[in-house]
Amino acid sequence: MRRANPISWSAGLVMLLGGNAAMAEWTLNMTEGVTEISRQVYNLHMIFFFVCVAIGVLVFGTMIVSMVLHRKSRGAVPATFHENTKLEYMWTILPIVILIVMAVPATSTLRDMYDAGESDIDIEVRGIQWKWQYTYLNDDPAKEVRFVSSLLTPKDEIENLAPKNEFYLLEVDEPLVIPINKRIRFLITSEDVIHAWWVPAFAVKKDAIPGFIHESWAIVDEPGIYRGQCAELCGKDHGFMPIEVHAVSEEDYETWLAEKQEAARVVYETIGKEWTFEELMATGETVYQQSCAACHQLNGEGIPPVFPALKGQGLAVGPIAAHTDIILNGKAGTAMQAFGTQLNPAQLAAVITYERNAWGNNLADHIQPSRINEILSGGAQ
Amino acid sequence: MITENPHDSHGPDKGLMRWVFTTNHKDIGTLYLWFSFLMFLTGGVMALIIRSELFQPGLQLVQPEFFIQMTTMHGLIMVFGAVMPAFVGLANCLIPMMVGAPDMAMPRMNNFSFWILPFAFGLLLSSLFMEGGAPNFGWTFYAPLSTDFGPPSTTFFIFAVHMMGISSIMGSINIIVTILNLRAPGMTLMKMPLFVWTWLITAYLLIAVMPVLAGVVTMMLMDIHFNTAFFSAGGGGDPVLFQHIFWFFGHPEVYIMILPAFGIVSAIIPTFARKRLFGYESMVYATASIAFLSFIVWAHHMFTVGIPIAGELYFMYATMLIAVPTGVKVFNWVATMWQGSMTFETPMLFAIAFVVLFSIGGFSGLMLSIVPADFQYHDTYFVVAHFHYVLVPGSVFSVMAAVYYWLPKWTGNMYDEALGKTHFWLSFIGINITFFPQHFVGLAGMPRRIPDYPLQFADFNMVSSCGAFLFGFSQLLFLFIIIKTIRGGEKATEQVWEGAHGLEWTIPSPAPYHTFTTPPSDLNEAHG
Repeated sequence: MRRANPISWSAGLVMLLGGNAAMAEWTLNMTEGVTEISRQVYNLHMIFFFVCVAIGVLVFGTMIVSMVLHRKSRGAVPATFHENTKLEYMWTILPIVILIVMAVPATSTLRDMYDAGESDIDIEVRGIQWKWQYTYLNDDPAKEVRFVSSLLTPKDEIENLAPKNEFYLLEVDEPLVIPINKRIRFLITSEDVIHAWWVPAFAVKKDAIPGFIHESWAIVDEPGIYRGQCAELCGKDHGFMPIEVHAVSEEDYETWLAEKQEAARVVYETIGKEWTFEELMATGETVYQQSCAACHQLNGEGIPPVFPALKGQGLAVGPIAAHTDIILNGKAGTAMQAFGTQLNPAQLAAVITYERNAWGNNLADHIQPSRINEILSGGAQ
Repeated sequence: MITENPHDSHGPDKGLMRWVFTTNHKDIGTLYLWFSFLMFLTGGVMALIIRSELFQPGLQLVQPEFFIQMTTMHGLIMVFGAVMPAFVGLANCLIPMMVGAPDMAMPRMNNFSFWILPFAFGLLLSSLFMEGGAPNFGWTFYAPLSTDFGPPSTTFFIFAVHMMGISSIMGSINIIVTILNLRAPGMTLMKMPLFVWTWLITAYLLIAVMPVLAGVVTMMLMDIHFNTAFFSAGGGGDPVLFQHIFWFFGHPEVYIMILPAFGIVSAIIPTFARKRLFGYESMVYATASIAFLSFIVWAHHMFTVGIPIAGELYFMYATMLIAVPTGVKVFNWVATMWQGSMTFETPMLFAIAFVVLFSIGGFSGLMLSIVPADFQYHDTYFVVAHFHYVLVPGSVFSVMAAVYYWLPKWTGNMYDEALGKTHFWLSFIGINITFFPQHFVGLAGMPRRIPDYPLQFADFNMVSSCGAFLFGFSQLLFLFIIIKTIRGGEKATEQVWEGAHGLEWTIPSPAPYHTFTTPPSDLNEAHG
């Protein structure tokens, strides 16, 4: 890159200011990425960049020459010309020609991106304030793997109470896992507001819009961990819903998938058993921290009026049926999501029980996972 | 007519009521400009809150809820409160002088269109103190974040936008009528200064798109309070429809904020190059072409919403075309400078910086038009860098250039050249330190509108924040220079600048209260 000077200069400025404790490398440019498409996009970006640089050198060079030579202090006498038809035609037509030439590779790359073809694996990507839910679609519903992927970075690091780790704000609890050299189709949608699923290394960015399912695809050719972030303002924690994709060999992927399917089966079995109050409270606290605290806050006091308090008021201290209903089905027209599809029955029962018995809420009642399962499968409210 | 009016020779009323009831174009222009400067400082403080939070990774000063209120309010206030009123203020001050008219065509409406603004922005700013806080969905207020998920203050925001729209439409009608009907006899359209031309075209753009903005916020109002579902997928509506309507307003809006700047620069460069503007006619046609194209490219803001390939290609090609008339303008400015006899007073410095830095913003704009690459740029800091390059050293620098250029005409006093140049260099350096590194973090993958960021973006963000403070505090010097000039200084001549052309330089400095009471006769050099 031809930008050594301003960079070293601004680097110097930073050092002058004391520098940053976590001196990361200076990333200046777009990533080339790990798919055929992302490399094409990178090349387009560089072509356009250099065309702009060339035009810039020409135009700004002319200005600088003019400013040096044609100044009054050097005794310059102004010329009297104020039009030149030939010249004006030239600088109208020449840019059109350049643009047409540049449009050719852009068009061809775009056609490649839109050429979806047959996919090997279909993954539904669902944006939910402020996390991503991934569903590995399978013709056999019993083998469908679904999980929610949310920010792993602890609050202490965000609030500067603990040193920040290397992947600060780019790490999730459950990453998306995909095999390399397979055509993965992403079906992108949203539960609430518009999000955008973006993995720079794949050159995939697509808005997740409620009511729409958009398609995008990637064939990753290098194993690795690729990270991205939500790219459309989606509310207060827009900056805290990263994407982490692990691209692994096909064998590793199959192993992982089998484990996931087995885990889902085990969870399903625990639903039938009778849970103790203590078990529900313990699980409930974890679930609350992951799924509820962003809005209702750890202390249950919320951020009124948008995110109401649960402590000592509202449905959390009201009838358990209504409380269960809002957790499972959400509340239309508000940020309250339908958690019935995001959490499993045990987690749902636990978090309901927790909310009714935490922060001085002391109803001493609880609900069993089996009951949640009945409501979910029977539709009985 | 005018000379028969016994009140004709009177000066302004005394005291505060002069400003409340004034129908004089220069008084109203002054009000607009001061209001715009106040909003510029208000939006600037918000920008500094944003940049302070982004100085280091982690949450230090503000919480995410407040941070996005700041990004939203900063955008709304800068666009609708600072840049647009500044240009309307300049139009008020200058158009009657430039076309040889005594005043604007509709003076009472002029008064009304200004006085709506303080109430509109008072209402908007008051939402910061409401329960649930100010609007927090970005200045583009995409549904359903702004409808189903917006704070209670959204309704106040909608009403404020309605008022701003009414003000803009009235201002535009006034400008069009003034230009078309009050030109001095013999001043044909092709003799008008480019500032008048660009404003004529801008005013038409405003009349065309402000009702669209009013429409989209009204649909939001219906969705929020009357259970309609224009933008709600659950009720059969379409969240993407919101974006189409918004950007049908929004794209012409960005040209509304730059065309008058083209007019200003086209007045200043010939003056200080002591040479007539190169390609006057092609400048007029280029402006009109840009205005036309601005209506047919809106979806380039929405390349990632899932438009089919035919749509993507059309909007890409149409957007690339804008580079042609814009290029013509830049080439014409350079050709005007070529073989001139240049001096570099403060307005010229701002104008040259405008040409260079606006072009850089134009280059990144061209890169953004390329759909496959836009998938990587979209909603990152690369976009933030792009539109700040065209808006700050673009629109804002042009307003500063205009103020330095015409201030002697308005006040009768010369400003302090050494201080003016200091202000320029501080602003120029500050702006580049602020926004140039944002290209890098954007390309490296930093999304916009986030209160906290991964560690690899830390260094450039720190540089950017330093630049923002330098630029922000430099504007206090601007304020000081203006006040100093109003209070006194070396007396300005009628001509003020050696190489200036145009009717405003034929009247005394400061200009008389009713600019031209008899039409000017020598119109040969009405444009620069």
